[in-house]
This record gives sequence, C-alpha cells and structure tokens, in this order.
Amino acid sequence: MADNKITMRFDVDANNFSAAGEASTKLKRTLKQLSIAPEVIRRVAVAMYEGEINMVIHANGGVIDVEITPEYIKMILADNGPGIKDINLAMTEGYSTAADSVRELGFGAGMGLPNMKKYTDDMKITTEVGKGTTIEMLVKNSVEL
Amino acid sequence: MKIEAVKKLLEANVLTEGEGLDTEVLSACGCDLMSDVLAFVKNQAMLLTGLVNLQVVRTAEMMDMKAIVFVRGKEPSKEIVELAKEMKIAILTTSYPLYIACGKLYSEGLCNN
Repeated sequence: MADNKITMRFDVDANNFSAAGEASTKLKRTLKQLSIAPEVIRRVAVAMYEGEINMVIHANGGVIDVEITPEYIKMILADNGPGIKDINLAMTEGYSTAADSVRELGFGAGMGLPNMKKYTDDMKITTEVGKGTTIEMLVKNSVEL
Repeated sequence: MKIEAVKKLLEANVLTEGEGLDTEVLSACGCDLMSDVLAFVKNQAMLLTGLVNLQVVRTAEMMDMKAIVFVRGKEPSKEIVELAKEMKIAILTTSYPLYIACGKLYSEGLCNN
C-alpha cells in the first residue's frame, strides 16, 4: 500500500434500513483491494457495521469518515441524533433503548457498542444529549502473531 | 462439512450456491440476533436463522460467512437472494426448525471445534 493516507466519506441514510450496511460493505471492499490482512478487515467491518446500524436506528443517520494508513484504520461516525444519556449504561452488554420494531429486525440487543469496543484497539465516544454523538474508532493495521 | 452435505442433511433447497456447494464450512451459528452473530468469530462459518431480511446477508458478509440457512420454511425475497449472489454467499432453505436443524448438523460432526 502507498504511504499516502486514503480518506473516504459515507453518508448514512436513516430512512432506509435495507440500505444500512452499504457503507461497511464498500469499506470492506476497499480494504480487500488494498490487501489488508483479513483479520483486520473483519474487525473494521464489524465495528463499522454496528456503528452504521446504530446511526440508522438511533440517530437519524449521519456521516462516517474513514482514514486508511499503513499503521491504522480510523473511523469517525458523527450524527446529530439524541445523544447518549449514560455512556456506561450504554456500554453494558444487553442494555438497549431500541424500539421493538428494531428488535424484530435482529438488532437492538444491546450488543452494538460492546461489539464495537471489542473489535477495535481504541474507541472514544463524545456525546451531548440533544445534540448528537461522535464515535472515533481505531484498528491497528497489523496482525498480532 | 461441505455445503452439499448440509443440503442433504437438512433436505434443503439451494437458492444460490455462493462459492460452490463443495465449499467447506468449519463452524455454524444458529441465531436470530444479528449482534450476537457479529460477536461470533469463527472462520469458514455458516449461519442458521429464522430471521429473513437484507441485514442477515450483510451480517454474514461482515463475518466472511460462506452460507446462510433459513429455517422453518422461511423464504427469502428475491432482493435477499440477489444480494447474497453478489456477496458469493450460499443461501439454503429448510423446513426444519432452528433447534432441529442445528442438532442434525452437530450430530454429524459440525461442532465448532
């Protein structure tokens, strides 16, 4: 891969649940083309997908910026949604504020944020109730042997 | 276990073959909660589910899964099959419920070891 940083931007549409995940699929394809290790790709893809789903079901969509470098892959997910009242509670496996309609689709089980943390090397959440949430996730572009 | 063997054991219909019916699956996950599937890290895996929507295919794709089996006679839409085709993920349907379908595969050696 070239030393230059690659940046990508995705708009996440809140009104189309069927399309949720398209950004993650596109990022996954790009990472494959760049010959990034499959283990790294899977961690990035799952974290981004969970984040993308969250943006659709909780936050009226938003924007995802991605930086790909030889050292890391960084994803910044920014929305103008309701914000997270209690981050510690939101990080608890099984805790969810999702509507029943979302649960019927197989999500809203309270595993999104914990999964995102599990699959990334670093995750920072900045949130303000009534204003929105920004989640910055970083995955090291290396495979631990 | 090859997808061909899964097809026979579950008396399943194949709606799209993915990378081919001779593709080997080494583990399986029976689940309707996609976030639980996303926490399941295994290589060459297969998903059995009663949930039928596009996110099932996207979830399987994120996890590099090779096949999806829709249980209890659920029929995926054309859109779902098309997306799976594009992602090269095999789609099978069986009339067996989830518990029985998983049990049949487990007892024939698909044990996630």
